[in-house]
Amino acid sequence: MEGIIIAGFGGQGVLSLGQFIAYSAMYEGMEVSWLPSYGPEMRGGTANCSVCVDKKPIASPIISSPDTLIAMNMPSLTKFASKVKKGGTIIVNSSLITEKVDRDDVRVIYVDASDLAVKVNNPKAANLVIFGAYVKNCKTLDKANAIVTIGKIFAKKPKFLQSNIAAFEIGFDL
Amino acid sequence: MEEKKLLKGNEAIAEAAIRGGCRAFFGYPITPQNEIPEYMSFRMPEVGGVFIQSESEVSAINMVYGAAGSGARAMTSSSSPGISLKQEGISYIAGAEVPCVIVNMVRSGPGLGGIQPAQCDYFQSVKGGGHGDYKMLVYGPNSVQECVDIMYNAFDKAFEYRMPVMILGDGMLGQIMEAVTLPPMKDFSNVPNPDWAADGTRYGNDRRVINSLYIQPDELEALNHKLFAKYDVLQEKECMYEEYLCEDAEIVITAYGTVARIAKSAVDMLRESGVKAGLLRPITVFPFPSDRFARLASRSEVKKFVSVELSMGQMVEDVRLAVNGKKPVEFFGRCGGNVMTGEDIVEYIIKGGK
Repeated sequence: MEGIIIAGFGGQGVLSLGQFIAYSAMYEGMEVSWLPSYGPEMRGGTANCSVCVDKKPIASPIISSPDTLIAMNMPSLTKFASKVKKGGTIIVNSSLITEKVDRDDVRVIYVDASDLAVKVNNPKAANLVIFGAYVKNCKTLDKANAIVTIGKIFAKKPKFLQSNIAAFEIGFDL
Repeated sequence: MEEKKLLKGNEAIAEAAIRGGCRAFFGYPITPQNEIPEYMSFRMPEVGGVFIQSESEVSAINMVYGAAGSGARAMTSSSSPGISLKQEGISYIAGAEVPCVIVNMVRSGPGLGGIQPAQCDYFQSVKGGGHGDYKMLVYGPNSVQECVDIMYNAFDKAFEYRMPVMILGDGMLGQIMEAVTLPPMKDFSNVPNPDWAADGTRYGNDRRVINSLYIQPDELEALNHKLFAKYDVLQEKECMYEEYLCEDAEIVITAYGTVARIAKSAVDMLRESGVKAGLLRPITVFPFPSDRFARLASRSEVKKFVSVELSMGQMVEDVRLAVNGKKPVEFFGRCGGNVMTGEDIVEYIIKGGK
């Protein structure tokens, strides 16, 4: 089982990023659950979701210690970094988080997601850059399937599809 | 079979209701179930059904009463404070023997409480809720797929027994997304309206009346007995539960809904550390699987029961009634919208309770 917590500000595409992972895993035939924190907050507030991916049916969808943390902003890193399993992975959005992770028992991947998204002319797609970096580093998901998944999710918004895949690729190719 | 879809619990319930024949939805918004009316608002017109966002919960449940009384497959959904407002209508619907489905995605209380998940409406759901002697058929599904499977057949059960059916979820179950397989659309186009429905086709001496007013004590007492005879049939035929590793269990954990999944992961952890734990999960919370609890309680290897809930302890009372003093029954819960982890349950058990 891989437990992933994705956290950041509302509006950063945190919940969508969790859905990209959940959809991709489902299309690969795995069992998934996607559980959002929900609250009265909107854009600018905090948001996070817990995604479980497994070959067996998911028992508890609640993750107390994630295998992977994706931290899109500093408060999220502060809140969840210490909970990541030993030997786990933290993906840090270094566009917004300037500090280094203070742990030597986890793998840390720094992704300048916002700047890279601007580079492919898709400034809103920082979450897709991170998705690319996640697929590359965490080995749970297949790259080709992830791209097909992005195609399915954005089927109704075809004019964004190419630039979204470009954002994914630039994150994957880091 | 359809391709698997990733759906929120709320959306899945709405689609399953439609595929189960629901053609009338009346509701008023409240977190954390808003995706149900949102989904119904665009989906109902697609299937030729009726969607009304009413001016209040009281109005919504009475619209259900009226539509269902004419034979329609009608439903409403809400969350705790909204369900409280509907109680008068639910009591009338139960008294008039009208079938309908009510979804409660429970949030923490009392009062307006909070919007996070809870199971503090157990008493309200299984012990009556509104005034008068009545019960509903109440399901406590634990996954999005189970929500679909139960919702899909809920109207059939409601019509079979002519009573309200409740789906008792929690905020988590409404918000979580999981992969589901949706069943095909049921077709009721050739099914005649039930012979009790006040559908405006009979007049004079043939007219049909939907009413819960019985002024003559003997007539009302007869109705009371009739209703409870139906509840006995429910107990016999509709009781559903799931067991996990109970065969040799010394500690039987019991939980319903989403919490049962957290409890299941706790059972796995306990087994890994050598504790013989099992899980008994009621799927119907009314009728309650009392017989199963009683049978487990009489096994010599069973040392105790622990009811795990998102409340201050409600289902635990039904467990105690069923176990009837044969074995200790303990309670572990979180409330206020907080949710326990599997590790919390393990810690409670390892420390021997308290």
